[in-house]
Amino acid sequence: MQDVLPWREPVPLDGTMGEPRARGRFGEYGGRYAPESLVEACREVDGAFREAWADPGFRGALARLLAEHVGRPTPLTPARRLSEALGVQLYLKREDLTHTGSHKINNVLGQALLATRMGRRRLIAETGAGQHGVATATAAALLGLEATVFMGERDIERQALNVFRMRMLGAEVVPVTTGSRTLKDATSEAMRHWVGATGDSHYCIGSVVGPDPYPWMVREFQRIIGDEARGQCAAELRTGVPDYVVACVGGGSNAAGTFAGFADTPARLVGVEAEGGAGAARGRLGVLHGCRSLFLQDDDGQITQAHSIAAGLDYPGVGPEHAHLRDLGRARYVTVTDDEAVGAAVRLARTEGIVPALESAHALAWVIREAGGGDLPAGSTVLMTLSGRGDKDVSTLKELL
Amino acid sequence: MTNPTLAAGAVERHLRARRDTGRGLLMPYVTGGITPGWTDYLRAFAAAGADAIEVGLPFSDPTLDGVTIQQAGHTALARGASTRRILADLSGMPDLDVPLVASTYYNLVLHDGPEAFCAALRRAGVDGLIVPDLPVHEADELTEVAAAAGIELALLASPATPEPRLAEISSRSRGFVYAVSLMGTTGERAALAASAAELTARIRRGTDRPVLLGFGISTPDQAREAGRHADGVVVGAAVVRRVLDGAGPDDLRAFVATLRRALDQEV
Ligand SMILES: Cc1ncc(COP(=O)(O)O)c(C=O)c1O
Repeated sequence: MQDVLPWREPVPLDGTMGEPRARGRFGEYGGRYAPESLVEACREVDGAFREAWADPGFRGALARLLAEHVGRPTPLTPARRLSEALGVQLYLKREDLTHTGSHKINNVLGQALLATRMGRRRLIAETGAGQHGVATATAAALLGLEATVFMGERDIERQALNVFRMRMLGAEVVPVTTGSRTLKDATSEAMRHWVGATGDSHYCIGSVVGPDPYPWMVREFQRIIGDEARGQCAAELRTGVPDYVVACVGGGSNAAGTFAGFADTPARLVGVEAEGGAGAARGRLGVLHGCRSLFLQDDDGQITQAHSIAAGLDYPGVGPEHAHLRDLGRARYVTVTDDEAVGAAVRLARTEGIVPALESAHALAWVIREAGGGDLPAGSTVLMTLSGRGDKDVSTLKELL
Repeated sequence: MTNPTLAAGAVERHLRARRDTGRGLLMPYVTGGITPGWTDYLRAFAAAGADAIEVGLPFSDPTLDGVTIQQAGHTALARGASTRRILADLSGMPDLDVPLVASTYYNLVLHDGPEAFCAALRRAGVDGLIVPDLPVHEADELTEVAAAAGIELALLASPATPEPRLAEISSRSRGFVYAVSLMGTTGERAALAASAAELTARIRRGTDRPVLLGFGISTPDQAREAGRHADGVVVGAAVVRRVLDGAGPDDLRAFVATLRRALDQEV
């Protein structure tokens, strides 16, 4: 439960979360460590994304989809009863209220629209909690694409509801039986599959990981969380900007999207990882799934299996930009245990009438643990991204409670 | 421009010399540590007429390998294999008179640091290195370090590689150019992909460095056909599948000998 780096004074770093440097680098992290067979495909995605992102037509089409289909903007909800109990002012950015129930849809619609623009007919995706898979299946149905989703067998068991949703939406769900049978192995399998399918398929990566341009592109598609929240905080908070901005970190997409809206403010950025999947807090430099970042490894350099009650945090690494923000001291990465997350989920349900995804409950658990203590002084204002709703986790919770 | 033959290291000199006698080159692959007596397979390959031997250093997350080599890697890791132990096994072997080429994913190189990693390969008698997730534009960090340690870093080219990039790969590759025959992962296939001939021809237009075709080459017939296009072949999954099925060094020697004969008949 210790943090690796000391808490430094937050430096508002303009441009910190801008475009990566040459070759997709965030500090020493990032890059395009992909098999040669995938390098051209990555370059195509990069070119198409740059062009699309500079095109008001593309942006407008995406904004329309996000408004009409996803229900954006999502509200900022003051957690009144919990705030009072904790002695801090806690605001929740409600990604759980998006269509399909998590922030994953923001990124997927962006990539799906990009895929259509590139003339691709099929989306390939990996999924852990199933939320990214559901989002991909949804976007595919909406835009008339096919979807193939790779999912670890273990996650298929614990996220049965989401598997059913994907199939109902017309996606093919491919069980992955190798290794830990969770997100890491589903990602490896999706990459292997992509090598043979670059001609007609787009690999829709679900977090700020993977070869350049994915970490950057996915963050840009998710920055709508932070941009909206920034405006909402300016309107709601006396201080304009919250003292703390907190989000859970699996690969780190909801956190990156949230942080991006506040990178140039004095807000302290906190990424909360699962104790058993703490890539940013405990990882070592490595290369996995196409990027150079921090990964959990054993003494021989083998990637170790992550363990979290939240399938979406069960990834042994973290996106390269988070590794960089950690090195800069611009963001801090902390961990909470499964038990703390479950406790936080119950507490939010009972005080605010919101059942959060277990992933999001990690972020809340840190707030609960530290509120009034040294790390989160009494009276602080806290913006926390509630990345998803807990419907998918009810069977897990039912076993425990 | 310097004469590539003079600049060449042990792997390239060896492969060029054999190629120049008109011989089709053969590089069988085995996953290090796959069985307790795994180095016996290397002896068998050499005895059967291999021109180089590829030794896989298993990695937990092999993103470019199909089921067979994935399974081999997991089997080896479950047996306690590690880069350190595999290299220790190699150090204990008498010289095979055939260059050894290690292959692994970049995480294992970074784990020790490129310098220490290459030095360890060198001490174990390894001459070459293949890193399938290290494309040419990311290879700077390793290229010079490898060269300084006397390790020839062979780069991969794929059917999707466009022209200027292919030229860069051919010129920066050391030992040989590894031509990936198809758009896919390693694994046995029913036929040699059409992309194999095309890619080899494109590489050959730009370089005289030996070109080895790999991925999917599973049978003597396919090896013979591949030998018509490239200087030689790499045979991985077809070898490893036999090992996983329980074949011993003698069985493997017989299999590699059939590949050898097929390549020789082509001449
Ligand atoms: C609800 C929810 N929150 C968070 C995550 C973690 O992903 P990321 O760190 O990319 O936001 C997931 C992943 O599946 C998720 O479903």
